[in-house]
Amino acid sequence: MSVVTGSSTRFGALGSNANRPDGNAKVQGGFAFSSDMWAENMLWGATMRSPHPHARLLSIDASEAWKIPGVECVVTADDVPGLPNYGLIMQDQPVFARVGDTVRYLGEPILAVAADHPETCRRALAAIKVRYEVLEPVTDPERCIDGSAPPLHPDGNVFRHQRIVSGDQTIIGEIQVEGTYEIGMQDQAFLGLEAALAVPDTGGDGVELYIATQWLHEDRKQIAACLGLPEEKVRLVLGGVGGAFGAREDISLQVHTCLLALRTGRPVRISYSREESFFGHVHRHPATIWMRHHADAQGRILRIESRMVFDGGAYCSTSPAVLINAITHTQGPYKCENATVDGWALRTNNPPCGAMRGFGVVQACFAHESQMDKLAAATGLSPVEVRLRNAMETGDRLITGQIMDSVAPVERCIRETDAIPLPPPMPMDANELLVPGGTGLTALPSNIRRGVGWGVSIKNLMYSEGFDDFSTARCRISNGAVHVKFATAEVGQGFVMLAQQIARSVLGVDDVYLDPIDTQVGSAGSTSASRQTWMSGGAVDAACRAVRDELLDRVATARGLVRQELRIDGTDIVDALTGTRIAVAEVIGDHEIDHTVEYHHPATEDLDENGQGNCHVAFAFVAHRAVVDVDPDLGLVKVVQIATAQDVGRVLNPLSVQGQVEGGIAQGLGLAVMEEIIVTDGKVRNPSFTDYLLPTFLDAPTVDMVLIEEPEPKSPLGAKGVGEPPCVSVTPAIANAIRNAIGRELPRVPVRPYDICL
Amino acid sequence: MDHLLELLADHDDASVLAGGTDLMVEVNLHGRRPGTVIPVGGLEEMREWNHRPRSNSVTIGAALPYSDMERGPLAELLPALAQAARTVGSPQIRAAGTIGGNLGTCSPAGDILPVLAALDATIHVLHRDHSRDIRFADFMTGVKRNCLTPGEVVHSVTVPLTRGWQGYAKVGTRNAMVISTASACLVHDAEEGHVALALGAVAPTIVRAVKAEAWLSRQVDLRGTFRVSPETAHEFGLRAASETSPITDHRSTAEYRRHAVSVLARRLLERSAS
Repeated sequence: MSVVTGSSTRFGALGSNANRPDGNAKVQGGFAFSSDMWAENMLWGATMRSPHPHARLLSIDASEAWKIPGVECVVTADDVPGLPNYGLIMQDQPVFARVGDTVRYLGEPILAVAADHPETCRRALAAIKVRYEVLEPVTDPERCIDGSAPPLHPDGNVFRHQRIVSGDQTIIGEIQVEGTYEIGMQDQAFLGLEAALAVPDTGGDGVELYIATQWLHEDRKQIAACLGLPEEKVRLVLGGVGGAFGAREDISLQVHTCLLALRTGRPVRISYSREESFFGHVHRHPATIWMRHHADAQGRILRIESRMVFDGGAYCSTSPAVLINAITHTQGPYKCENATVDGWALRTNNPPCGAMRGFGVVQACFAHESQMDKLAAATGLSPVEVRLRNAMETGDRLITGQIMDSVAPVERCIRETDAIPLPPPMPMDANELLVPGGTGLTALPSNIRRGVGWGVSIKNLMYSEGFDDFSTARCRISNGAVHVKFATAEVGQGFVMLAQQIARSVLGVDDVYLDPIDTQVGSAGSTSASRQTWMSGGAVDAACRAVRDELLDRVATARGLVRQELRIDGTDIVDALTGTRIAVAEVIGDHEIDHTVEYHHPATEDLDENGQGNCHVAFAFVAHRAVVDVDPDLGLVKVVQIATAQDVGRVLNPLSVQGQVEGGIAQGLGLAVMEEIIVTDGKVRNPSFTDYLLPTFLDAPTVDMVLIEEPEPKSPLGAKGVGEPPCVSVTPAIANAIRNAIGRELPRVPVRPYDICL
Repeated sequence: MDHLLELLADHDDASVLAGGTDLMVEVNLHGRRPGTVIPVGGLEEMREWNHRPRSNSVTIGAALPYSDMERGPLAELLPALAQAARTVGSPQIRAAGTIGGNLGTCSPAGDILPVLAALDATIHVLHRDHSRDIRFADFMTGVKRNCLTPGEVVHSVTVPLTRGWQGYAKVGTRNAMVISTASACLVHDAEEGHVALALGAVAPTIVRAVKAEAWLSRQVDLRGTFRVSPETAHEFGLRAASETSPITDHRSTAEYRRHAVSVLARRLLERSAS
């Protein structure tokens, strides 16, 4: 472990392992997650969902439910006062399916009830009679391209079709490698289930919603539109969030909960079960990607051709943006200006897909890193050498025409990863639990083959294609204390800690008070796209600097000092002329200062019809090397070690970065060997943690990491987002390691045991 | 105990709660609403196990949790049982789940069941008005079905102690805390010169590979220590697998399951011989 310890920095300031303000409560079980919320006189809500992936909704008869004592409310599409639909990009998803219209996926909400007890809700749902005319589901996205599928929605079956046509289309490489790769449907599988508590205003013309989400203001916009209320009548407060990974970007139970509360005039809580959660949020897009690389005899990439088909499921969610991320990352972290890419995001009757950590880049990376190993084999180069030969650098022109203007230490990521020692071979007397198969005791060390594989990736940071995903922060000195306010969703990543670190560093105080996270301040944008350290960190930094500047102005004036000579050092104001030190704590009691600042990143552009445009803000890079032990007879895998060097810009909290890296690797490992929502004919077969398998501690590898600190000049704190990159290239690194161990092509993830041994 | 049997006889719709790792999933996830639930975990005599040297056997109370089988003196007497118990769920589940619960649910993927099948366990069943001893082979009658009748409860299980190697192995798509895709238990009785092999999750009930067992006895003298050639072990695995009738579901394919038990049978035989 070579994490920077930050021992030279002041504890609690930037660069140190500051304590998390929510840390003790979370470890000790005292933290209130949104499913723990409760209000006096509260009702419980529950949702009825379609049992069919595609059907016409013929009728709803709730008369029997109303007869059950304790049932207070039943709401259907007819009760939605505002817009009937919502959606992040296209408003195509109904709050509730409407009688006469169709349901488009299994699990689509039909209605919601409120009652005095969850059991009463269950009985009410069981008493409601819903009739359907079952229709044939469209589950193959190719049918939406060839036109053989009927239109599933008035908006059509194509969420987006985008090509990239770049450079010389005629180049034929001396060496060509190609493959068709498949990525299964992964779930975010956060541990804190969806839950919300809606409290209606007295008089019923507004509502306050306590909600676990990733973006309070975007939620508010969509909720208010569906409720037919002005936005100021809908106030959102962040409930305790137990993980997100993209699954809380879309509306799930928000509108339902508010509707029930406004109808009944009482607080209403809805909490999903684990099973319902699998139907209540979007998943990672399953994708099929064909790629052909043209290279010269030395293994240099000359041109790339690709066709990508992303199954978006029943509703749009963020499918168009996911697709753009995928196709614009076709080349990976490698030099190449010539490309032809054809990308499709399509509507089917499969579960809706949207944001998940890596956001389209995960799928593209699995394809291009599988290709890089084929290129290595075709040219006789090692996997490391072929990647070094093609490593992207700052100043390179991308296939979108955009010039790489981020710090781009791709070569260094590869070399530093390569320098991390390999683990020793498995001893013949290895702990039996560490052999593939683990507690199942299926193999002895003599049954095992070891493999090594590589994955390197590029990941965009922030929102793309012209989106101004600004962030707002407020800093004030009041009654001798520093207060910081923002609407940044704390989903577990530790922004509450980082905001305090920034304020401590900028203002020279030790105590920083955080105001509630709610919509009483401007938008912070979404906690996604590896963007909050950069964006909300930038906003908090700017707000704190504005307060600091005014404080120094006032101190200079009050004490007759030269303003330009004053700066903050540690917890003191220092006068460079005289060397005088004044403790910040001594002066802030005399001042009331209050600044709210918006931070915007540089503007980006839409892609044109040839996929050309400066569509991304910035990029981060990472390399992964996986060492795996494989039981070739049973197809079981144990990932032994992941070595990684990640381009992080600047480490603001070493422990937090380490957590993101290790967690992302576990999630990428899950996609490589076990995590998949299995869908047959539009039906989810494994909506439980019994059958949707997440890695356990026995599956998690040793992680040996190097954090590459080359501060990013464009970033307000020099730091790059670290959330997504760890899970992007670790998946192909593991797949490549398994291929290396057993010599099979393995064109799909998750790699299943029978893919290895049958 | 008498009170329990009275209650059971009076409530023939009762669900017996013996750990709750299956029953509570039925209640919470699948909406089962049992009219009567009778917990047996408080009955001390059902949480005990006894080594009976005179009959060279071990009797295990039906409410003994897996965590008590995983280690300690019981694990030394019955290593295959300990290995199977270790594969069950998480530590929390193993502290709650019981051998009686595994028998009550009688899932083909029940982790303990192949061990009971390979050891020719006897299930002691009590009723207010009678008691009966049932061989495991007769106890399990289908997928989540057994021969218990209303008012009966599994009191305990007796397994013989044999001289010879015994072991268990289970395939799942995760290195811990996973439902069985295929499992196997092999018990070598060095005195009788016999190898017993039971296979889990590859048929509606646990499969004793009796034909493969008999074939092996013809190929190899199994008294005392023995050796098998790689070819014999391989064929033993294939023959055992041919006695199964696995299904394809969301966890795996029939083809993989058949293949997996053949590998497990081969490897367990090789381990028992070395």
